[in-house]
Amino acid sequence: MYPLMLTVNGTVHDVEIDPRRSLLDLVRETLGLKGPKKGCDHGQCGACTMIVNGRRINSCLSLAVTHEGDTVITVEGLSEAGELHPLQQAFIDKDALQCGFCTPGQLCSAAALVDEIREGLPSVVTGEVGVAMTNEEIRERMSGNLCRCGAYNNIVEAIRTVSGDKR
Amino acid sequence: MEQSTSKIIGEPMNRVDGPAKVTGRAEYAGDHQVEGGIAEGFIVEAPAAPGKIVALDVADAEAADGVVSVLTYKTVPQQKPYGSPEDEGRFTQSHAVLENDRVRHFGEPVALVVAETLEQARYAASLVRVEIETEEGVFNALDHKDQAEKPDSVDGLDEVDTQDGDFETQFSQSTHKLEVSYLTGAQHASAMEPHVTVAQWDGETLIVHMAIQIVASAVSAYANTLGIDEANVRIISPFTGGGFGSKLGVHNEAILAALAAKQCGKAVRVAQTRRNLFANGPHRSRHLQELKLGADASGKLRAVRHSSLASMARNYPFAEAPASPTRASYAADAIHTFHRMVKADIPKVDSMRAPGEAIGTLTYETAIDELAEMCGVDPVEFRILNEPTQDPTSGHAFADRRLLDCIRTGAAKFGWSGRVKPGSRMAGRKLVGRGMAVAIRPNTLSPAQAEVKLAADGRLVARLDMTDIGTGTYTILTQIAAETLSMPASQVLVQLGDSRFPETAGSGGSFGASSSGSALLDACAKLKSALSERLTESGVSANAFAMKDGRVLANGKRIELADLIGAEGLSADGAVDPDNHAKGQADYSYGVQFAEVEVDADTGEIRVRRLLGVFDAGRILNRKTARSQLMGGMIFGIGGALLEESLMDDRFGSFMTRDFAEYHIAVNRDVPDLEVHILDGYSEHSNPLGSKGIGELGICGAGPAIANAVHEATGVRVRKFPVHMEDLLDRLPAV
Ligand code: FES
Ligand code: FES
Repeated sequence: MYPLMLTVNGTVHDVEIDPRRSLLDLVRETLGLKGPKKGCDHGQCGACTMIVNGRRINSCLSLAVTHEGDTVITVEGLSEAGELHPLQQAFIDKDALQCGFCTPGQLCSAAALVDEIREGLPSVVTGEVGVAMTNEEIRERMSGNLCRCGAYNNIVEAIRTVSGDKR
Repeated sequence: MEQSTSKIIGEPMNRVDGPAKVTGRAEYAGDHQVEGGIAEGFIVEAPAAPGKIVALDVADAEAADGVVSVLTYKTVPQQKPYGSPEDEGRFTQSHAVLENDRVRHFGEPVALVVAETLEQARYAASLVRVEIETEEGVFNALDHKDQAEKPDSVDGLDEVDTQDGDFETQFSQSTHKLEVSYLTGAQHASAMEPHVTVAQWDGETLIVHMAIQIVASAVSAYANTLGIDEANVRIISPFTGGGFGSKLGVHNEAILAALAAKQCGKAVRVAQTRRNLFANGPHRSRHLQELKLGADASGKLRAVRHSSLASMARNYPFAEAPASPTRASYAADAIHTFHRMVKADIPKVDSMRAPGEAIGTLTYETAIDELAEMCGVDPVEFRILNEPTQDPTSGHAFADRRLLDCIRTGAAKFGWSGRVKPGSRMAGRKLVGRGMAVAIRPNTLSPAQAEVKLAADGRLVARLDMTDIGTGTYTILTQIAAETLSMPASQVLVQLGDSRFPETAGSGGSFGASSSGSALLDACAKLKSALSERLTESGVSANAFAMKDGRVLANGKRIELADLIGAEGLSADGAVDPDNHAKGQADYSYGVQFAEVEVDADTGEIRVRRLLGVFDAGRILNRKTARSQLMGGMIFGIGGALLEESLMDDRFGSFMTRDFAEYHIAVNRDVPDLEVHILDGYSEHSNPLGSKGIGELGICGAGPAIANAVHEATGVRVRKFPVHMEDLLDRLPAV
């Protein structure tokens, strides 16, 4: 067992863990936060997406012990003081979910995407004029988050409605 | 969220479970926590099959850190024989696992390692050594056509084969004849939530949290497998992360979890890994579909023959019916349809979203496109020309058929202007093509029950063992209750997915909303008349009343509910019995899909540029969730046309594509802007609500519309699905 200290959704956790444990299993099993989901455990579906030090990652692909001192945000950490994050509200309003299993990952991914675009980080579809919040950019950047129910178009719409938001 | 209480059904109300789902509070089976902790089970799969286990060494696994128990056929608790009782259906029969030293198919569990943590269980599982003495197996129906049999029944249809009219004569006298055969690939439903079960025993009672579509049949399956009373099985499944057919029945992890919990005396979770699912979850078989079509010079269909050949998993009778749409889409002088199966030593074959139609429209609607082209008739016109006046096969009257409305509306909205010469429309180095196809899917009603309880504070609780697998059941049931009882939706609490609640047929076959909704409608209507009586007794006679908070508003008066129904409240039970609605009509949901694709003139890469659907699904219960479900279906259809294929290694009967890197479902950027139009309607013969099934309709027709567009873009007819760039590459037009 290895000692690990990290901050999840603002709370500092000091734990002893199996070095084989992924960040996803740490959050779900050790800390009991069941929002992030395991759709594949192979970095292929995005259901486990978390925001680590401001960047989204597939938490199933990352060993927890490598996150000493890191700041992690999960879907539970998006809302503040019981208030939904604008993206969460937009997902409800635009019906950007069906079964909801991919949703925690979609939301974390979307929240980080908004920041990436604001920072001007390019993607493969970014043209010479620079990064803009187009449907194509959103689709490309959300393509690591699979949704078998096919909520994609509503997800794009939901992200567009809040893309100007600064949270 | 205060809705007008007069008209709530149909309104685009937000999902009532939306807040729970966007905050991570919705509890899926694998999220369930148990006081005292949960042990983790990890499946050890058979590395070869069919055959006999000749060596199984679990000593190292048992000795590994944290291991609680290793279950094998030698140590597993008592079960009833697999498949018993014989006269029951496949969802309720015994699903015994680890029965003996036989392995039926590649990947079947040979052991379950239970440990304190997943890491420990997974590692210990790698220490299990198993040797199989294999025998010759049947893996590919096409290699064993001589073993093809007529199945006892096919999914969703009364008849396995039909022979209406004199096919040979009609075909030989046809002016235009088409003879084609297609291969449609095997597929896995691939719901985002892998199958998972948390089981624990409380004395004699088994308590199970599982991902399931139909609760009641899973209860029977447990009882029949474990030889226990149904009353001693409790299943809880408030949220299921997608099903698409794969969670209709119980699967190996469900039985393993129950057995392991018994063995270990504590709660056990068995989560299938994504890789497990491709052997321990069900799949859609690959099919060989052969079509012979004949038309007269004007484009009127004379002869239709559609036959299919596929694999059926040995000892698991399920046969998909791709010729189902062929029996019901168009009029013809002769229509013959046949389904043949070969028993194979492969993982379970079972329903996947729109069984029959998903792959049946794929082939029939592309063949019809080809025949229309031979006849020189526009594909839209061809379909209008062959519109039947009664069900072409059964001869029954249609319950409600508005296919032509769909087609005409779709053509107008899409801007259909007839076909162009294939390979002639370019945009830069992209070949652009358009195509269309019809969507059709049988509409059914299943028995269901519901109970409602009104409390003096005005809150209504509705309970059914129905599931919400992403379909929006919680929401539409809330709307039905609120409208029927003239109360705000915010006062309604719908509780689902518990075997202690009244029985329904669950989610499947697109019958969920109509069946459970009709039962709830009945319960609410009964509650309403009981409340009316109380009103009359208290001296207020009112034809209509509404409820708000803890009051009843009637005749301009406000009466405290507490005075009417007391502290104990008022309850009512409701039900729907399909026999009361079956009047012999042919009942289907309909639609049409128009697609525009681009094909790279150099590489053959196919991208969908536009997809537009117009659908008739009777009365729409929630315009927002209905649209979402239809869009989801259309996206599923893109997968079926262009992406999804579970490839089997035919030497060993093992699927090679066992994760999302190999089994490709559409990702966000594979999907274009989708246009969904829904016709207003009310299908009075279908059920008391007037609604029709919607969950599978969106897939039907999407794939063939895309394939027909690929043909217009390139001039190439690909007679296999999915259509890949390599199927086009050496046949692309020189442009
Ligand atoms: S669970 Fe991590 S990417 Fe699928
Ligand atoms: S909402 Fe079901 S997988 Fe996305």
